[in-house]
Amino acid sequence: MQSTRSAALSRALRTAVRSHPHTAKRYNSSIALLSQRRQPQSQQQSQPHSILTRPVSYPLQNPQPQTRHASSASSPADLQKTPLYDLHVSHGGKMVPFGGFHMPVQYSSLGVAQSHLFTRSHASLFDVSHMVQRLILGPGAAAFLERITPSDCKSLEPHKSTLSALMTLDGKGGISDDTIITKLGEDRFYVVTNAGCREKDNNYIDREMAKWNTEMGHEGLKVKEEQLDGWGLVAIQGPKAEEVLQGVLAATDVDLKKLLFGGSCYAKVKYGDGKVSSELLISRGGYTGEDGFEISIPPAETVGVTEAFLAAGPEKIQLAGLGARDSLRLEAGMCLYGHDLNDSITPVEAGLSWIIPKERRSENAGYYGADVIAKQLVPRSKGGAGVHRRRIGLLVEGAPAREGAEIVSRSEDGKEVVSLGTVTSGCPSPSLGKNIAMGYIKDGFHKAGTEVDILVRGRPRKAVVTKMPFVPTKYWKGIAPA
Amino acid sequence: MASIARCLRAARPSAFAAVRSSASRTVVARPFSVTASNEIRKYTKEHEWIDLAADKKTGVIGISEYAAKALGDLVYVELPEEGRTVNKGDAIGAVESVKSAADINAPVSCKITQINLVLEEKPGNLNQVPEDDSHGGGWIAKVQVDEQGLQDFETLMDSEQYNEFTANEDH
Repeated sequence: MQSTRSAALSRALRTAVRSHPHTAKRYNSSIALLSQRRQPQSQQQSQPHSILTRPVSYPLQNPQPQTRHASSASSPADLQKTPLYDLHVSHGGKMVPFGGFHMPVQYSSLGVAQSHLFTRSHASLFDVSHMVQRLILGPGAAAFLERITPSDCKSLEPHKSTLSALMTLDGKGGISDDTIITKLGEDRFYVVTNAGCREKDNNYIDREMAKWNTEMGHEGLKVKEEQLDGWGLVAIQGPKAEEVLQGVLAATDVDLKKLLFGGSCYAKVKYGDGKVSSELLISRGGYTGEDGFEISIPPAETVGVTEAFLAAGPEKIQLAGLGARDSLRLEAGMCLYGHDLNDSITPVEAGLSWIIPKERRSENAGYYGADVIAKQLVPRSKGGAGVHRRRIGLLVEGAPAREGAEIVSRSEDGKEVVSLGTVTSGCPSPSLGKNIAMGYIKDGFHKAGTEVDILVRGRPRKAVVTKMPFVPTKYWKGIAPA
Repeated sequence: MASIARCLRAARPSAFAAVRSSASRTVVARPFSVTASNEIRKYTKEHEWIDLAADKKTGVIGISEYAAKALGDLVYVELPEEGRTVNKGDAIGAVESVKSAADINAPVSCKITQINLVLEEKPGNLNQVPEDDSHGGGWIAKVQVDEQGLQDFETLMDSEQYNEFTANEDH
């Protein structure tokens, strides 16, 4: 049985953002009869768990070795610090290991729920410098990216960003990491990937780039990579984000109203005593569903620029940590790699078909797994392969369902209860006052309104499949026509 | 900072409290209890507390103020099952905040005789008065303790030891 085991109190006090931080693939692709897995509850609870042993009761279906993700265990000595480490500590940041870094999970001034709500009503500043910032450069940059991702990098307009996926090299259509790609120029792309996948992505890109550069016909299409090591990446999110950022821009002629969601620009920021920063890449977007910006800052300027943002005052902007970031992105229906996405889940299964533009939907689109994806994009009812599981949102009654909780059919009319899937993220939603979750469910049960049960601590809880985002997004798409 | 209830308890004449206490123990359905100053409170390393009554047969359990504070705003409490007999360390319920779920483990071997149903409606009581065992308090359950439970109880920390323990925990 796959009921979510929660941590002992003592462990929960110690844990990072999530109660089960890491083993990537917890969910099952196979649909097995629940009765075969069901064990008496007493059996499951008979072993007291010491605070040092983490009970992991989820059978991993995929035997291949797991890559390290976000907060995978590494000893504190190995952990790196972002340029803002001291700033976090001085603001009462409770630091936890995440993605190989010391990161703030929350701050002493606000609890996670308050910080979450403050982001939705005002603005929050998140340090996301742990994420990997790369430049992919050279005349072959767009073509190279089109081999490893399903995005249309050639047609992407300059200074526009797109959510994308590094596709697994086995050609099965899985997602090796999710990423945001920003086109800075025809031969210049800014690519941000997950901190927890740093090593894996480095190997992936190094290998693929070496292969690309030595291939016949690529003599004039060489690519190289430059990592922005030690750089800061700061996200300002919330309805006050624009006001805060506009207030510190050095040039008065940069009008953020003209910078729309998914766009980016360069601008200088005033900070410290009369200093002006270098040109910073400012992208409009984020990971909360709110209007907001992500600002890439050279190492030496990160603290000063961040302090300039915070100088707008705590009534407008506050620091927020990983705790609020996780619940905010979940309300916005966004995936967290290593939890909601992994090597064995395709973009189609993940409900991310929209990241694949029309031009790249054919079997010979040229990216890894294109043939698998092209077949999946066509539903079975129309002669395609379709998918057998889909990522869905859930509203859960009673107990919050968290990662690993099993989704089963409603036990009604004496019908046999069958396993339908697994929750991959879940929490009580501070904005809605309801329990929200996302997970993968057997195709056919994915329609909004479908009633299912979720096993939490061995007991079925009523849940209903729900459209995402759970909370409407508020991206800035320009002034609405009158 | 001690809860109001604890402050009151310290000030209450013990004889009076003993009478009230024994009365409350015999009527299980009584909506509130008044605890005696001669009850002993002990803590587990996993941040549960238990008050053992003077008769050494009954007790009240909950989660510590330290834990409640550290967990942040609790939005859901899963209460133990009434009538269930459990061993020390068994998961008997859970508390959940936005960011995490934590098991409540039985601090000693015991039988659950009554649960604090108010928490289902008002999980916030656990944050406000986690160590209060009166009506409106954040106590989790009332229990019966047998010989094994008494032995388990002896191994737990008193409040001074617990304070020292939490001071050393790196949070």
